[in-house]
Amino acid sequence: MVMETVCPAGTPAALRAAVEAGAHSIYCGFADETNARNFPGLNFSREEMAAGVAFAHARGAKVLVAINTYPRAGAAPLWHRAVADAEASGADAVILADPGLLAHAAEHHPGLRRHLSVQAAAANADVINFYADSFGVKRVVLPRVLSVPEIAAINAETDVETEVFVFGGLCVMAEGRCSLSSYATGLSPNMHGVCSPASHVDYAEEGGELAARLGGYTIHRVGKGEPAPYPTLCKGCFTSQGATGHVFEDPVSLNAEQLIPQLAKAGVTALKIEGRQRSRAYVAQVVRNFRAAVDALAAGRPMPEGMLARLSEGQAGTTGAYRKTWR
Amino acid sequence: MPSASQTIPIFPRPAGMMLRPLPLAPLSAALSMLARRVVTRHPGLLRRLGAHDRARFLIDPTDLPLVLCLEPRGGQVRVTAHRQAPRADVRIAGPLAALLGLVHGAYDGDALFFSRDLVIEGDTAAALALRNAIDDAELDLAEELTALPPVLAGALRRAIALAERRTGVALTRVAEGPAW
Repeated sequence: MVMETVCPAGTPAALRAAVEAGAHSIYCGFADETNARNFPGLNFSREEMAAGVAFAHARGAKVLVAINTYPRAGAAPLWHRAVADAEASGADAVILADPGLLAHAAEHHPGLRRHLSVQAAAANADVINFYADSFGVKRVVLPRVLSVPEIAAINAETDVETEVFVFGGLCVMAEGRCSLSSYATGLSPNMHGVCSPASHVDYAEEGGELAARLGGYTIHRVGKGEPAPYPTLCKGCFTSQGATGHVFEDPVSLNAEQLIPQLAKAGVTALKIEGRQRSRAYVAQVVRNFRAAVDALAAGRPMPEGMLARLSEGQAGTTGAYRKTWR
Repeated sequence: MPSASQTIPIFPRPAGMMLRPLPLAPLSAALSMLARRVVTRHPGLLRRLGAHDRARFLIDPTDLPLVLCLEPRGGQVRVTAHRQAPRADVRIAGPLAALLGLVHGAYDGDALFFSRDLVIEGDTAAALALRNAIDDAELDLAEELTALPPVLAGALRRAIALAERRTGVALTRVAEGPAW
């Protein structure tokens, strides 16, 4: 059986590119703070979502709508409307994180398949089974902090499908609870849907170096010709106790394409590609690459060699926690 | 999609020098007409720009002896060509081939930024909104030229054909997909 590729789309054009490149499923969100990629110029209107679902369904692909931020007190109707509109658009599932919103969806939209977002940071079988028993969750997107053996152990203890990230931006924080960006900008990744919001990002060429700032704080300085990173605090270069370096994590991207056979053996159902903020050119290339990989696996052929490094932050890839022990 | 910097052609310096005496007023008028045509045919562009549709975007092809100032002005789009950079909210700079490749979906903006082929200075949110709006519009600038008066369209087509031959950049949209 072919593993499912779950591919990003920040715009209708990217959705079409993903479908044409062979995506089994596309995840996307509405153009507001109900999804965790609430960036300028990105995301879908209600009409675009319905058209996108129709386009995908006509070509045998599914659409999963990410409504994966946490509703603010007093503003829950915005999130409730998003779930209702996702169902009305014909979406195949919603990707949720907030227990209150999961309960609302289970009660008012019982026929709408519910996936648990990585924003819920559900990293063990007990909590995953709790979400399944309480809210009928059918699939969990696992946090990017687990090794392959840990994923296999989880799959042995739950009937909930698991989906894991295989490519793109690498977040190693307790997703849905991380406040690093909030401290620097006043806007929350978890409630406003913006980690390192562009409105607070500033790049400046200074003395031959590129300085990258977030909320006025300098996160990086890189010399001429060095790869430029996003100014995210978790990937910043800091001086601590006399040593200067990437204290939390290196500015590199996840690339686990060579681990796909091991992830399949560990019982993983679906492979997720990060990058709703990326262009349709990126989406097409990455999706084509991963579709070829899962098709090769299903046919018993070796994994094709990847050519995706230049698309990556820091222009360097890592297998992340899948093969790593934390320092 | 081509990978980034090794394959990004640089506009040849002698050809760039030939553009130096180009009269800016007619060029600005032609580009403004083209931009208004694009916005009319792709209303999603302005919608995706949102609050940034009043920003001034400085587009700086670093291998050409001129810069462009793009002002969406809520739909009354204006593009002006300058020899010296005017004040703007954000500067987006890179080789002409990279900028056109972004418009035509040949390159990924983040990948160009990581590789330092693309420089963003100023209002990052405005730059991001413009990038995303253009990426969704699936523009083909050569196709848009058909709206211009024949004399201007012909001159621009010849210039584009020359640029295409000299630089090797794809000046038409890539990765065609069915539209809704």
